[in-house]
Amino acid sequence: MQSYTSSTEYKPVIGFEIHIQLATKAKMFSPAPNNPDEIVPNTNIDEIVTGQPGTLPVANKEAIRLAAMVGLALNCTIDEFSKFDRKHYFYPDLPKGYQISQYDQPISKKGYLDIQVNGKTKRIGITRAHLEEDAGKNVHPEGLAYSLVDYNRAGAPLLEIVTEPDIESAEEGRIFLQELRNIVRYLGASSADMEKGTMRCEPNISVRKPGETSLPKYKVEVKNINSFKFAESAVNYEIARHIEMLKEDKTPKQVTMGWDEKNNCTVEQRSKEDAHDYRYMPDPDLPVLQFTKEYLDELRNRMPELPAQKRTRFLEEYKLPSADVDNLINWKELAFYFEDVVSELDEWMNQEKGLDRGQLIKMAANWCLQDFSALLNRDLSNPLDSEVGPENFAELIKLIQQGKISGSAAKPVFKAMYEKGGDPSDIVEDMGLAQVSDESAIASAIDKIIVENPKAVADYKAGQQKSFGFLVGQCMKELKGKGNPQVINELLKKKLL
Amino acid sequence: MNFEFLELTELRKLLDEKKVSSVELAKYFLGRIKKYQDLNAFITVTEEEAELQAKVADDYIASPGENPFLCGIPYAAKDMFLTKGIRTTAASKILDNYVPPFDSTIIAKLKEQKAVLLGKTNQDQFAHGSSGESSAYGFTLNPWDKTRMPAGSSSGSGAGVSAGLAPYALGTDTGGSIRGPASFCGVTGYKPTYGRTSRYGVISMASSMDTQGFLCLSVEDAAHIAEYISGHDPKDASTGALEVPEYHKNLQADLNGLKVGLPKEYFLEGMEPGVEKRVQEAIKQIEKLGATIVEVSLPSTHYGQMVYAIITPSEISSNLAKYDGIRFGHSTAEAKDLLEVYNKSRAEGFGDEAKRRIMTGTYVLSAGYYDAYYKRAQKIRRLLVNEFEQVFKQVDVLLTPTSPNVALKSGLAQHDPIYAYIADRLLVNCNLAGIPAISVPCGFALPADGETPSADGLPVGLQIIGPQWGEQKIFNVGYAYQQATDWHKKHPSI
Repeated sequence: MQSYTSSTEYKPVIGFEIHIQLATKAKMFSPAPNNPDEIVPNTNIDEIVTGQPGTLPVANKEAIRLAAMVGLALNCTIDEFSKFDRKHYFYPDLPKGYQISQYDQPISKKGYLDIQVNGKTKRIGITRAHLEEDAGKNVHPEGLAYSLVDYNRAGAPLLEIVTEPDIESAEEGRIFLQELRNIVRYLGASSADMEKGTMRCEPNISVRKPGETSLPKYKVEVKNINSFKFAESAVNYEIARHIEMLKEDKTPKQVTMGWDEKNNCTVEQRSKEDAHDYRYMPDPDLPVLQFTKEYLDELRNRMPELPAQKRTRFLEEYKLPSADVDNLINWKELAFYFEDVVSELDEWMNQEKGLDRGQLIKMAANWCLQDFSALLNRDLSNPLDSEVGPENFAELIKLIQQGKISGSAAKPVFKAMYEKGGDPSDIVEDMGLAQVSDESAIASAIDKIIVENPKAVADYKAGQQKSFGFLVGQCMKELKGKGNPQVINELLKKKLL
Repeated sequence: MNFEFLELTELRKLLDEKKVSSVELAKYFLGRIKKYQDLNAFITVTEEEAELQAKVADDYIASPGENPFLCGIPYAAKDMFLTKGIRTTAASKILDNYVPPFDSTIIAKLKEQKAVLLGKTNQDQFAHGSSGESSAYGFTLNPWDKTRMPAGSSSGSGAGVSAGLAPYALGTDTGGSIRGPASFCGVTGYKPTYGRTSRYGVISMASSMDTQGFLCLSVEDAAHIAEYISGHDPKDASTGALEVPEYHKNLQADLNGLKVGLPKEYFLEGMEPGVEKRVQEAIKQIEKLGATIVEVSLPSTHYGQMVYAIITPSEISSNLAKYDGIRFGHSTAEAKDLLEVYNKSRAEGFGDEAKRRIMTGTYVLSAGYYDAYYKRAQKIRRLLVNEFEQVFKQVDVLLTPTSPNVALKSGLAQHDPIYAYIADRLLVNCNLAGIPAISVPCGFALPADGETPSADGLPVGLQIIGPQWGEQKIFNVGYAYQQATDWHKKHPSI
C-alpha cells in the first residue's frame, strides 16, 4: 500500500474506475453490431448476445488490439498471457447469468498517465485496464407493473481502467479524465463521449484527516456521472461532505452514491456491506490470450502521435498560446484539421517567400477556434465532415493576408463557405466583397471627398484628429465599404499635407 | 426389404442406384420409431421435416452428378443439438417450450450433406447422468433387455441405433456419454478429440470437456461420419485449425507394427468376470492382427473421477445460469418479484440432478473454496494430461474395457446419485485430457447381478483410446477388429 506524507490539511484521496466503450464494428464476443447510437430497442442483438443455449463467445480481435493500444499509451505492462473470466450474478440485463470479464490477469497493468495541473506535471498511476462485455439496460415504463430489457448494449466491448488513488482534487480528476478521453480518441479506440455513455467514470472518494498517512478505511463510490462538469461537481460535493463529517469525528459510510444532476448533490444508492461473491472462474469457452513480442512491437510502431506529444509540438512549433493549444488538442478532429490548414499554408509559403509563418498560423488557429468552432458547435458537427476543406480554409487566410478582403468581410465569406462550400475567391466575388486596393480608384474617391467636405478638411488641418476619422469614413462609404483601410489612410494623409 | 442395420455404404449404394428413395427410407425408419416407441428413445420425432428433407435429397439424387455421402440417409440427434425451428429440450422441463432460432454447426453441416433428420433423442437431463434416467421425459429402455438401462447420457441415441431406429445418431460426450451407451447397447460409439468438432449450438454441459460424436453400426461408418461433422468452426474458439483427414480412405485391416498399451489402472478389481473375459479375448484378437501389446501405467488415473466431480459441476453451475426465466425457456407463472422469477422458474424447470450439480458447482467456485477445489483440480488435470502424453510416446493406442459391467437394471441411478460418478470411471479421463476414444462391441456377457437378462447375454464394449488428434489410429484398430469379428453385426431381437 502506498503511504502518504503527513499533512496538516484534510487531503482528498481519489481513484477512478473508467469504462470506455470501444469503437469496434461488432460486439466483444459476437458479430452483432456495436452501435451506441441505435435507438430502436433489441436490434443490435443476435443469438450470442441474448445468450441462447449452445452459443459460444469468440473474442473480437479488434477490441483486443484497441485495448492493448490504450494499455501501451498508458505506459502499462502487457503480459504475454492474459485470460477471460466469468463473473456470476443474476440480473435481467445480463443474458448469460455471468459477465465475461478479466479477473486476475488483465490485458494491461501497472501504468501511469502524466497530466498537467497548473503548469506542473502530475503522475497518476494506472492499476489495470481490462476487457469485458457490457450489460443491457433495464427499462421501467412509468405506471406499468412490468419492466422491459433492451439488449442493444449487451455484449458491447468495454475497457475498464482503474487508477491508483493518486488524484487529490476534483480539478485534477477532471484534467485526468480529459487527458484520458483525448488519448482514447487519438487512438481511435472510442468516441469516449460521457454524455452518450461511451465513457463512464466512477470516482472513489475518501478524505484523509490531518496527520493521517495511510489510506482512509472507507471510500465512497459515485455513479451516474455523465459529463466532466458533473464529475468535478460530484467529487467536490463528496469531499466537502466527508470533511464536514470527519470534523465531527464521524467516518462516512462505505456506500455507493449517485449524482443527482437536478439537485446538484449525491444520493445514496446502495450499501456495499453485502458484497457479492461473483464466483469468478476462467471462461472455458475462450482460449488464453497470448501477446507475442512481434505483435506488441507492431502496435508500438503504429502508435499515433498522442495528445501530450501533439501539445508539446504545437507549443514549440507553432508558438501558440497554451490555452489555444489546449483547445485544439481537446478537439482531436479540429487539431487534425488545423494541421491540414497549416500544411496548405506552408505550401503557399514555399512558393511565395517572405511571408510571416507565425502570423499565418496564429490567424489559422484563431479562425479554427472562433468562427469555425462556433458554427461546428452550433450544428454539433465534425470539422472533418465540414463543407470547408482545409485548402479553401487556407485560401481564405491567404486572401486576408494579401489584403484582398478585410478581416470583417471575411466573416460572411467563411459562413457562406461553411454553409455551401466553394472557393472563397468566388464567394468574395459573388458577394462583391473584394477590397479595393487600387491607388488610383482610392485617390479619385479621396479627391472627391476633400472637395465635398471643406469644413472637415479645415478642422483636420487645424489639428482636430477626429475629422481625419470622419474623412476616412466618407471615403470608405464612397468605395462601398470595400476600400483597403490602410491604403485610404496613407493616401489621405498625403493629400492633406 | 429391411433397411435397419444396413451400414452407410450399403444405404449409399441403394440410394445412388435408386433402389430405394430417401423418402422411402425416412418413412421406413419413422415407422420403426413409432413401432418401438415403448423404448422411449425419442423426445421429438420430426416426421414432417424428415419427409421434406428426404424429398429435397431425392431431387438432388435425381439430378446429375455425385451425391454427398450422407445425402438422403436418415439420422437422429441427441436433444442437446439445436435444430432451427425444431424444439430442443436437453430433456429438461426448463426448455420444454424452447424452439431454437438457429442450427448447431454440426446440424448445419449435415443439412449441407442433405442428410435427413428423423428426430431428437432422449437423454439424461442436460446430459447429467450415465443412465438416461434424469430425463424429464422418462427412462429410455435398453433394446437388449427392457428392464435395463441403455446407459447415458446419450441414452436415446444408443438405444435408437441399437434397435435399428436410425442408421446413426449424434451424441455428446463430456464424461463418457457416447461410449457408455455404445457399450451397454452393443453399438459403435465415437468421441473425437476436444476441439475436433464444433460445440457451437450444442447445449453446454461442461465446456472444457464437451465433445460431439455419434453412435453408429460400425467403425467404417464412424470414419465416414466423422469426416463430415468435424473441422474448425470460427464460431467455436476451441476448435482446432487442423485439417480433417479422410479417415475412411486411410482405414487399414492390418495392425502390423502397431503398439497397443494396456493401462493397468483400467483393469480394476470388481470388473465383472464376463466383461473381463470378453475384453481379454478382444485384446488377443488385436494381437493376432499384428499389434504388439504392452502393459503401461497411468498412475494418477484414480484422481480423474475426483477432478471430474469438481470441474464438471463448476462449469455446469455457470453454464446453467442463463436459464433464468427471462428470455427463453420455462418462466414461472407465480412470481411476485424478480427474485421469485429466478427462484421459481429454476426450481420448477430443473430436475434434481441439475440442481445437485448447480449447488456443488456454486459451492466449489465460492470465495475461499475456489483455490482449495477448483484450482487444485485443474492442477491434477494437467498431471493427467501429462501422463497420457508420456504414455502415447510409448504406444499408439490404449485398450480398456468401456465399462466394468454390462447394462444394469433400470431405476438404479434414480435412487443413487453417486452412480453417475462411478459408472464413468473408465471414461472421464479421456474428457479431462481431451483425447479421442471409441467403444466397439466385443461380445456378450451375463450380468453379475444374478438376474437373467432377456437376451442370451448383454453387450460388452471395448474402449480404444488415442492421442490428441489421433482419431485415425483408433479408427484403424477398431476397423481391423471389426473386419476380423462380427460382434458389431449382432442386433437385439425386439
